[in-house]
Amino acid sequence: MFKLLKYALYDILKSRFAIIYTVFLALVAISIYQVSDDLSKVSLSLMNIMILFIPLIAAVFATTHFYNNLEFIELMLAQPVKRIHVFLSQLFAVVIMLSLSILLGFGLPMLLWGADGSLLTLLAVGVVLSSVFAGFAFLASVLTRDKAKAIGISLALWIYFSLVYDGLVLYVIYSFADYPLEKTTLALVMLNPVDLGRILMLMQLDISALMGYTGAFFQQFFSSGLGILIAVGALLIWMLFPNFLAMRVFKKRDF
Amino acid sequence: MISVKNISKKFGKLQVLKEFNLEFELGNSYALMGPNGSGKTTLIKTILGMVIPDSGDITVGSQSIKGDVRYRKQIGYMPQIGHYPANMKIGQLFSMMKDMRPEIKEYDLELVEAFELDQMKDKSMGTLSGGTRQKVSAALAFLFNPEILILDEPTAGLDPIAVEVLKAKIKKEREEGKLILITSHILSDLEELTNRAIYIYEGEVFFSDTIEELKEITGESKFSPAIAKLMQWTLKKKSSKPLLSHV
Amino acid sequence: MNRLIIFILILTFRGFSAEAAKIILKPGQSIQAAVDGAVAGDTLIFSPGVYTASAVTIRKPLSLIGENYPVVDGENKGNIFLVAAENVLVRGLKFIRTGKSNMDDSAAIKFFDSKNCTVENNILEDAFFGLHFSNSSKLTIRNNKVKASATREFEVGNGIHLWKCKDNLIEKNEVSGHRDGIYLEFVTNSLAKENLIQGNMRYGLHFMFSHDNTYLRNTFKRNGAGVAVMYTKNVTMQENRFEENWGSSAYGILLKDISDSKVIGNIFRKNTVGIYMEGSSRIQFKENNFKENGWALKLMASCDQNLFQANNFSGNTFDISTNGNTVLNELKENYWDKYEGYDLNRDKIGDVPYRPINLYSMIVEKIPASVMLWRSFMVTLLDRMEKILPTMTPNEMIDHSPKMRPYDFG
Repeated sequence: MFKLLKYALYDILKSRFAIIYTVFLALVAISIYQVSDDLSKVSLSLMNIMILFIPLIAAVFATTHFYNNLEFIELMLAQPVKRIHVFLSQLFAVVIMLSLSILLGFGLPMLLWGADGSLLTLLAVGVVLSSVFAGFAFLASVLTRDKAKAIGISLALWIYFSLVYDGLVLYVIYSFADYPLEKTTLALVMLNPVDLGRILMLMQLDISALMGYTGAFFQQFFSSGLGILIAVGALLIWMLFPNFLAMRVFKKRDF
Repeated sequence: MISVKNISKKFGKLQVLKEFNLEFELGNSYALMGPNGSGKTTLIKTILGMVIPDSGDITVGSQSIKGDVRYRKQIGYMPQIGHYPANMKIGQLFSMMKDMRPEIKEYDLELVEAFELDQMKDKSMGTLSGGTRQKVSAALAFLFNPEILILDEPTAGLDPIAVEVLKAKIKKEREEGKLILITSHILSDLEELTNRAIYIYEGEVFFSDTIEELKEITGESKFSPAIAKLMQWTLKKKSSKPLLSHV
Repeated sequence: MNRLIIFILILTFRGFSAEAAKIILKPGQSIQAAVDGAVAGDTLIFSPGVYTASAVTIRKPLSLIGENYPVVDGENKGNIFLVAAENVLVRGLKFIRTGKSNMDDSAAIKFFDSKNCTVENNILEDAFFGLHFSNSSKLTIRNNKVKASATREFEVGNGIHLWKCKDNLIEKNEVSGHRDGIYLEFVTNSLAKENLIQGNMRYGLHFMFSHDNTYLRNTFKRNGAGVAVMYTKNVTMQENRFEENWGSSAYGILLKDISDSKVIGNIFRKNTVGIYMEGSSRIQFKENNFKENGWALKLMASCDQNLFQANNFSGNTFDISTNGNTVLNELKENYWDKYEGYDLNRDKIGDVPYRPINLYSMIVEKIPASVMLWRSFMVTLLDRMEKILPTMTPNEMIDHSPKMRPYDFG
């Protein structure tokens, strides 16, 4: 597996996309550092960009990569290696590339101009969201035989989790405003990886406002490590679940 | 060496292979023929483990294709069109293939040398022409000196010199007692390279025997008209099938 | 002759007072007996060690001075010292374990009807009330460390408690773990400065009907509900820090019916609400730093004629929220980090006005749970739309001269 991964990484890390993406992220980070007065503003601006674009890019890139490499994947399958290893080498290569781009593109400016807890959280959330959406993309790719369709599914998932879902939650909150909704909202948020990443950032940036909640449960959720633990746990499930499903399908799929 | 036993495969509603049975023996070279969509590719992919059959089994040597993947070490496969990661270098591709078979230490570098791939080791796959990529595919298929060679349209896209080099190599391997399975649309190549013909029609074996037998049955003295006749028969009726079944 | 007698008398008196001025107490000795035996103006020196005491009553000018913090143990019985006199000095003692009763408001030292008294450099541990003053004046309360370790609000009284006192100085004290850190009611003309009030159950500072006071360079941190001040006019609060007061009803400072006051140069950092105001008028807020609060300001519609000028607002989740539509307060020349305008004429003032009330903050006000969606793309879109076409946010709440760069208050 690691041998396959090694060669997959040789290829992907040298791709034009990897370089462009890293440079793009670095430029974004550098310009934000230049115009912002303090670190919390930097992480705010970076977060706005990250929450929106990193899942999008992860989804589109992973789908494209899968289909561009489909014939090669087929050739690999004709070799004496396990299917799971072929799948994982491709997946890990994509996730590692996307993560390295974030770590370098956002991380280097942080090394230069400083970072705080929220910025480090941001890096971690970026990596996690990349893996989650790469998982969605691989799942969409193994489920269909058509590249356009797979990209369509990936994009739909991105729109759903980035925009539609929050709209629905807001609608629910608004419709049931007279009921105690904290736990419901929290549970709904757990069902969306983008929201989870955002909540982790909120706990860094807006803890003062979050602590305005009534009820001991929320005080505890936000102030203690419990909230972070639960959010991180839910994110891990989000990371593993689509990838695991995709792997299952890949194992049984015809090429 | 390869026995295909009762393989069935459906893609959606389309039955691609129906209760498919075939035997492939070492020392023979098989021309796998049939119209588009007849199941040739599916058969090859099933043997290679890329397509998973709904029922039945295939054994390679004595190993079933289900489960353990090691049987593929005995197979050299040359795909119809070789797509490789664009930024991977030729040298890296070769070392990756070697890494997948760590216990094989002896390499057959005849084609690598004949195609002068050694001198292009540091070229990225993405920069290569289609023909060169075919050469890489061919060289890889023979690299590990496998017992079985599965060649999917091996001469397509190659320049005439390379075609001759490859054909000579295939003949040589056949004489050494390998099992060779070729699909091609170029009938002259098939006539030259194979001694047995398999004709598949709508997921079933329509003909499988020596080329001499094929010529005798069809009453043609040449390969191409014999195949053409087979095709006509398949279109007319399937009832003639039992007549032809010499298996 | 008469003159001579007077001269001798004076000499004797002086000599007497200088001679008897120092009474040295040993651990275990009765403090009350020593106090009773002393003459006005005497000094009682406490040798190091442990003294037990309860309701020691002092009715004459005395100095009580501890060497190396001798412990005065109240053994959980009522008050430790009761003072009703002038010119009393208590310095360098460590008071522990007063009674824990709400009935008599047990305190380490309780002053009634006193004047010119000084309490300094003392340590108070596990007192119910720490220092309790009523109906007194010209008090100096300096450099005391008052620390309680109760876990619930009703188990403990206030750290420094003044009722109906005037002309006082409260400085450099540290109060923690009490109900209110500093509690003032009907206290006027006083100065509280450089106190460190943190980790109290309810309010760091709590005053009512306490006019003409000044609060300077105090720190109020992590108190249960921050600082709450009410029904007072002419207050000056300058260069204080209000920090990390978190909770559903915790405020950097809560102003209720405060008027004609000045809030200048303070830092409000990491509070759920920086300043919550209701029924307050004519307050000047200048040169304050509002940083990383949930809401920098919650301005209820009952406030008017307040001025917010030249403050920094940065890293707050929401800058301002309000419950009404007409807002008769003035905002000018503030720096808002969320401001996205431009400055074409380079006068360091943004060319387009800033509206500090965010649409979503109004939704959060109505439905607290919706804060979970804050900073989602959806909500950002909503806010953008509202910024372009304001329909719900109050029109009057606007800063026409937002600064482009933050102020450097040093």
